[in-house]
Amino acid sequence: MQAVLLIDFGSTYTKVTIVDLDSEIILGTARSGTTIETNIMEGMKAALAQIPEPVGGWKFVRKLACSSAAGGLKMIASGLVKELTAEAARRAALGAGARVLEVFSYELTQKDLDRIIVSKPDILLLAGGTDGGNREVILKNAQMLSTLPVSLPVVIAGNKVVSGQAADILRKQHTPVVVADNVMPELGVLSVESARLAIREVYLTHIIQAKGLDKAEEYLERIMMPTPSAVLSAAELLAQGYGSEPGMGELMIVDVGGATTDVHSIAKGDPSKPSVMLKGLPEPYVKRTVEGDLGMRYSSEALVETAGKRLMDYLGWTDGQVSDQLNLYKEDPWRIPQTAEEAKFDVAMGRIAVGLAVDRHVGTIEVVYTPFGASYIQNGKDLTPLAVVIGTGGVLLHHSDPLEILRGGVFNPQDPMILKPQNPVFYLDEEYILAAMGLLREVSPQVAFRMMKKYIVKL
Amino acid sequence: MEQKTVVLGVIGSDVHAVGNRILDFAFTQAGFKVINIGVLATQEEFIHSAIETNADALLVSSLYGHGEMDCRGLREKCQETGIGSIIIYVGGNLVVGKQDFESVKERFLAMGFDRVYPPGTLPDTPIEDLRRDLGMTIN
Repeated sequence: MQAVLLIDFGSTYTKVTIVDLDSEIILGTARSGTTIETNIMEGMKAALAQIPEPVGGWKFVRKLACSSAAGGLKMIASGLVKELTAEAARRAALGAGARVLEVFSYELTQKDLDRIIVSKPDILLLAGGTDGGNREVILKNAQMLSTLPVSLPVVIAGNKVVSGQAADILRKQHTPVVVADNVMPELGVLSVESARLAIREVYLTHIIQAKGLDKAEEYLERIMMPTPSAVLSAAELLAQGYGSEPGMGELMIVDVGGATTDVHSIAKGDPSKPSVMLKGLPEPYVKRTVEGDLGMRYSSEALVETAGKRLMDYLGWTDGQVSDQLNLYKEDPWRIPQTAEEAKFDVAMGRIAVGLAVDRHVGTIEVVYTPFGASYIQNGKDLTPLAVVIGTGGVLLHHSDPLEILRGGVFNPQDPMILKPQNPVFYLDEEYILAAMGLLREVSPQVAFRMMKKYIVKL
Repeated sequence: MEQKTVVLGVIGSDVHAVGNRILDFAFTQAGFKVINIGVLATQEEFIHSAIETNADALLVSSLYGHGEMDCRGLREKCQETGIGSIIIYVGGNLVVGKQDFESVKERFLAMGFDRVYPPGTLPDTPIEDLRRDLGMTIN
């Protein structure tokens, strides 16, 4: 037996997964409340204690962890034009597994700086200008940021011609300051890999310690990445396969949580029909979006605010019935539905959260009437032919009807301009192992791939 | 001398792609860095691209006769976004029907375009003009 310990320090729960590399099976999973306030190891040990120990105790060959505890990786991104470098910076941060608190464009103002001070990001990402393009704004912004009263880690991923100069300005106040390749080296070209690696490096060297997560490193080898990065990495492996073993192909992962709904797609998303023109920023093959207003519990109120009408239509309930039910969740976020009606409400919330989150993740198509007939313009990814949708997250796992919730992510003929998957097969991450498999990929990608194939089941 | 950057595109709901390719090729050959935003380009795309790339000029094509409508307000939007003095050229089949080109030209100059080209203009003409307007030639 070659046991590997994989830990996900979540915002609410610390989840422990033990796998055997030889037999490629899960030896045990357990969870316990995350104990960031005292010592993060307490929660981990409590979870570990729930898994029966073999005779002679555990002999782990590897001990790896990811974390979204202590608020996860919080970032603020800044670029020049909102739709161009600011958007590219936002996508780079999301792809690195961050929670993006704010995105600023054009010159930073005193008000923007105040917001940085209040929201206390872990890392700032500074972009602006294509290579050889605009220089003034990123330099001015570096100057502005150097007046902040606090020191913050900064990753610069803007116009390469002046990024060294911007770094010099920032180093007067901030540490560390890391220069990565431009997130938009040419107009309309998105290049987020270098920035992603730089963010991860800063996370490993600085953020873990700042959050008190380094206490775990005395026992573990290392906290390797933010949890969303681990999930993305697992998703990519599952789509691509390993060695001669083919993967599942292009896919989407929907993670329905209590506070947010995350959507990951591993897909090119090129137009599926002829004579469609692509517009807007090109999409990354590995794309992640996070919807902070679409959670089933902590942000259930925000969800109803966004989709109250849809919810009432689906349920046939009145306004009062909906708010009564919401109040119950406010008192006890982890309330288990007691009656058939409550269960129905729960399904409706999940379905609508998934629907909206996928709406915002996928691309859209619009018709432009030209003197030569109709032309089609696509913005974002066309995922209509996508064949695989995988559900994960606590809410789905502990739910009696995950399929009904996931179906919210299917193409709606009444909204034909939103390019959601038309006829996908649904799968469930039944053992909640995606993040753990992203970690395992670091040491044994083949086993990680095979285990996902085994433990992610068709619905 | 530092390479000059131009933003090239076909404005409005216009899908004529051939001339756009030819202009891209000709300006690139002439030593310009061409940021080609292609067909169906909006005014905002021209402006945003110019801001990010620090472009020296906007080259606007319109081939389908609705150019006057599509180009109106472009100079004002440039002014609003801080690139008010950027050089803007326009050319193609700018209007419908058989209109006198001089009057068309007057209208576009009044809209803030620096140069206006009639149908059938070869790329050499605007290339030469742009070199002169950017102070790249000595005379």
